[in-house]
Amino acid sequence: MKKINITINNKKIKVNLDATILEVAIHNKIDIPHLCYHADFCAKATCRVCVVEIVGQKKLATACSTKVEDGMQIKTNSPKVQKIRKLNLELLFAEHSTKCNECVWQINCELLNLAKKYNISLSKFSNRKKKLATLNFDNSVELDMSQCIDCRNCIDACGVMQNIHYLGLEGKGVKQKIASTKNKKIECISCGQCALHCPVGAAQEKTQWEIVEKKIQKKSKNKIIIAQFAPSIRVSIGEAFDLGHGRVMTGQLVSALRALGFDYVFDVNFGADITTIVEAKELLERFGLHSDQFLVNKKNIKEKLKSEIIPHRLPMFTSCCPAWVRYVEHYHKELLPNLTTSRSPHIHNAGIIKTYWAQKMNVNSRDITIVSVMPCTAKKFEAERKELKINGLQLVDNVITTREFIWLLKKNKIDFSKLKKSRADNPFGEYSGAAAIYGGSGGVMESALRTANAMICAQENNKICKSRIEFKSVRGLEGFKDARVKLGNINLKIGVVNGIGNFEKIYPKLKNYDYIEVMTCPGGCIGGGGQMSPTDNAVRAKRMKALQSIDQKSKIRQAHNNQGVLEIFQWLDQQKLNLRNKILYTKF
Amino acid sequence: MNIIEKIKKAKLVGRGGASFPTARKWETFVQTQSQQKYIIANIAEGEPGVLKDAYILENNCEDFLDGLILATRFFKPTKTYLYLRHVYYKKYFKKITKILDSKIKSGKIRKNIELICEPQEAGYIGGAETVLLRIIEKKHIEPNLKPPFPTTCGLFGQPTLINNIETFLNIALVSRGEYKNERFYTIGGDCVHPGVYRYKDNFSILKILELTENYPDFPFFVQVGGDASGVVLSQKQLKQKVGGAGAITIHKLDAKNSKNFLINLLDFFINESCGKCTPCREGVYRMREIISEKKVNYKLFLDLIENLEQSAFCALGMALPVVVRSYLKNICKIKI
Repeated sequence: MKKINITINNKKIKVNLDATILEVAIHNKIDIPHLCYHADFCAKATCRVCVVEIVGQKKLATACSTKVEDGMQIKTNSPKVQKIRKLNLELLFAEHSTKCNECVWQINCELLNLAKKYNISLSKFSNRKKKLATLNFDNSVELDMSQCIDCRNCIDACGVMQNIHYLGLEGKGVKQKIASTKNKKIECISCGQCALHCPVGAAQEKTQWEIVEKKIQKKSKNKIIIAQFAPSIRVSIGEAFDLGHGRVMTGQLVSALRALGFDYVFDVNFGADITTIVEAKELLERFGLHSDQFLVNKKNIKEKLKSEIIPHRLPMFTSCCPAWVRYVEHYHKELLPNLTTSRSPHIHNAGIIKTYWAQKMNVNSRDITIVSVMPCTAKKFEAERKELKINGLQLVDNVITTREFIWLLKKNKIDFSKLKKSRADNPFGEYSGAAAIYGGSGGVMESALRTANAMICAQENNKICKSRIEFKSVRGLEGFKDARVKLGNINLKIGVVNGIGNFEKIYPKLKNYDYIEVMTCPGGCIGGGGQMSPTDNAVRAKRMKALQSIDQKSKIRQAHNNQGVLEIFQWLDQQKLNLRNKILYTKF
Repeated sequence: MNIIEKIKKAKLVGRGGASFPTARKWETFVQTQSQQKYIIANIAEGEPGVLKDAYILENNCEDFLDGLILATRFFKPTKTYLYLRHVYYKKYFKKITKILDSKIKSGKIRKNIELICEPQEAGYIGGAETVLLRIIEKKHIEPNLKPPFPTTCGLFGQPTLINNIETFLNIALVSRGEYKNERFYTIGGDCVHPGVYRYKDNFSILKILELTENYPDFPFFVQVGGDASGVVLSQKQLKQKVGGAGAITIHKLDAKNSKNFLINLLDFFINESCGKCTPCREGVYRMREIISEKKVNYKLFLDLIENLEQSAFCALGMALPVVVRSYLKNICKIKI
């Protein structure tokens, strides 16, 4: 790349010819405020907050859309820039009905931060959007039009990034607003990427923190309230407390949940190990191979397999991403039999808690409330799916997002950085490195491959192949990862769809694959719709690396070596077949 | 001498309003290498107060089409589009088609010349270059970032030559050696003989008003270049040439209701703003609020004007300040 010289605020900088002023500024830690710009998208230049002065030009330029030129002299904070920037901020702020008191976005509201920083006048213009309504997407996501500042990031997230095109523009000028499509063939899949990319919290999760807070406060003695947290939360939560990106904060996270008043704190990583074993086994069954090694005793194997009725359709898809399941249900019903029938990790966990654990603790399962802390908005929808109930009982009672959790901590003035580490409660505290990587794209696939490989090699009695743990070809942030792996004597054609926007491109080629992981959100759950903003590829990479570091350091790196999980499987084998299958499998 | 040299010698400038040197545009277009290229005749006539495009379609259609065909034969584009304002499309579709059929014998060339109807809802901005490109590409109606400019990267990302209908007409005249440095003037507003006239392009406003016997016998002011983006001048400032799209609109001076002109103007911009950028969408709306107050906060009003000037996304947003500033300065005598 050709380098050129520019000057920003009298500082000489050598930069790439192709960069924009804003990219250069971010790279050099020069602050240029911006609202509609997001590194995930092409510059739209609609908010006009990132204006800068270019010496020799009459008019200001938007840093997000203006490329640097050799010899360019840029002033990012001249009086003229300050005046225009502030006025545009004031105009934008007057579009945003402030509901800050109870707003989750306070944890990192870009508009609020800028309003404070630039000391803007909140009364210069009256609010013009007060009366606008809220769009609701299931029980997962909402778009409060009275808070929207017309930056259009949600449209980019929904259309350009996720290829759903559920959100669009209606009307023009001051009458313009974000609207859901009138095309009945298009449905929202609750991925929450609109929320993740919203700078002002107009698009956000449908919150349940209020309910959770009330449940904790008004809990009677015989009730138990449990929190369980997803694999990916531990590597993103530190960002909310200025601890930097990609810090592993499992111990503090557990303590924080206890500090909020949860009686028990369980790690969904445990459930992920269950999911991996069920899924790996199903993969082999779809190949006509039955592994009896870890799950069931040999005598009963035929009977049990018959009752599980697993269709032998390939490729098999992962199904732990609830937005992906919704996508298949809306757009590709023909692929429903291809989804693995394994339940997702937090549902596995919750099922075991409300059966095995309740029995062990001698409590009525109806007295247990389970709250999942998830990086995801679609999990709110998943938790309420009817087919996941056991004996009419909903397993996960409430789902709050990473953001809601952070908000609860801040609201209760819990200083995360000062918390002592503690361990999640047993038996759900134990997990393998394979579970840890569930939170990143390719992680579910790699975990399943580790266990499937061990299952096959055990059958073939092949010790060398059994030792294989890492499947690096499925890692990383490319939109689609394509690989061939050898498990024993089987050549497996695998693919990893990183972001639902990449799915239709490979849809015509499905025949070429045996096993495909799909994560709706780019990066997987670490980039989930319920995560901390800002999330872009640089952030996703750091979070993903942190997950991999947990795996690297784990003593156990394969799900089937988790002794706690194996005990659960033994217990399950002693239960009635119906209950066992209910806990492990789902149907679509 | 090839056509570009002739155009250069004739010093043709674009007649869409921006007066960009035509030869420079054509040179860039001819030099930009691409498998696909497009030519578009812009007949959207979005600027209120201008009626010359309609006049040309009615009276000089053959000459205009000669210019367009000449350009098509010269550049051999993938497609040549006539992009017409909704009502013009309806009214002149048959006429244009008939003339094209009679003038072009080669089926191959004829097939590649196509008429496109500007959607009614496109409104004021529908004629702006990048908006028009998006409309043909069936995208949301709003402007694109510039650069890149259409001449190098336009329709479907390909080099695209966009010229106004009057420019193509002038090109035909230049090629025949008949160009007489004339342009069309649309005269309207509070006058006796409204209409489209053709005079030398360096005539002053005063001279044109006199020639057309439109000089009012009451106190007045004029807006020149178009009713949305044209500069406002007092009775004493009429010795200038006519700029923009060649319109002169006469307004009776109404000192008691001096705000009315601004109110109408702002209402127009509120309706026509596409909504993309903050200074135009929000700023104009707020200006309208401010102006209707009893005691007008002119400081804030002018701050919003400066904001548009400095940070609006497209040329249309940047046009409003010219009108407002000139009106306040020349007519209301407000210091700015």
